[in-house]
Amino acid sequence: MSEHMSLYEIFIRSKRGLDHKHVGSLHAEDPQQALEYARDIYTRRSEGVSIWVVNSSDIVASQESDCESFYDPQDDKPYRHATHYQLPEEVNNM
Amino acid sequence: MSDANNKQAVKDYAVRLGDDALVIGHRLSEWCRNGPFLEEDLALTNVALDFIGRARMFYSYAAELSDEPCTEDTFAYTRDSREFTNLLLHELPQGDFAFSMARQYLVDEYSLAFMEQLTSSADSELAAIAAKAVKESRYHLRRSRDWVLRLGDGTQESHSRMQKALDDLWGYTPELFEMDELEQKLADSGIAVDVAALQDGWNTAVRSTFAEATLEVPESSWSVSGGRKGMHTESHGHMLSDLQFVQRAYPGLQW
Repeated sequence: MSEHMSLYEIFIRSKRGLDHKHVGSLHAEDPQQALEYARDIYTRRSEGVSIWVVNSSDIVASQESDCESFYDPQDDKPYRHATHYQLPEEVNNM
Repeated sequence: MSDANNKQAVKDYAVRLGDDALVIGHRLSEWCRNGPFLEEDLALTNVALDFIGRARMFYSYAAELSDEPCTEDTFAYTRDSREFTNLLLHELPQGDFAFSMARQYLVDEYSLAFMEQLTSSADSELAAIAAKAVKESRYHLRRSRDWVLRLGDGTQESHSRMQKALDDLWGYTPELFEMDELEQKLADSGIAVDVAALQDGWNTAVRSTFAEATLEVPESSWSVSGGRKGMHTESHGHMLSDLQFVQRAYPGLQW
């Protein structure tokens, strides 16, 4: 049956005020059913106060092959990090 | 009603409700590792555990009210079929997936209305158990109603299986709304739920679901009852032989 079903990514917010975190994925016929299964699979021990389900195929993800053009150019730009800057004595605890 | 009489009646009532919960919980647990796919398997087992937990609460309360020393296990594991007073609908073998979901829907629709009423019971312990059960049943109903719609209004195959399941189950539903002497007595003192009064609401709810699921309301050409008197279907004993095996083979065993 699973091969006819869509894959959904599940995001759970564990407490009010926190953000939703990715916890895993599951198969379901539609988003409503995915929400119910997410409740049964990922929140049995009071892990959450809110669930998001997202059709996995709706996620656009970067690829391993993108690494070179996406991330490598940042390696020689240390000035983008706050730690690059010498802080005056007075604000040294930042 | 004398206090002792009343205590005995509430105990018997709690055992009934415990039996209902244990038996449907066990039937659902039979789907564990046999579910149609992993997600549904886990969800079904969750619901089974809710019912078994409900049985434990009712049995523990019954044990408290009992004159003889006993525990929840005494009720679950040491009684024979004739001593069980669950509704017949609850004990029918799991059948195919459509059958189990159709039965679950009929049970959940009933159970939610029942537990909502029981929350205002004059017996505070029963009311407290019901308050917990209502929340669970609301979720159970959402799931099982969803399956009736999905299968009823699904493929030709799923539709015909769901329709057949309802036809086979329908004659077991009038029993849900039968009042006997015990329940009438307890209902008069505000303890038990007047189940006869739940029938109209239940009928309206299931008919609207059937209509949405393109299913026919089955003909009321036959009906059976007797569960409350300990008269069960053949499958009941087979179910108990599985459920009670360990305690029967090793009486008093603990782990």
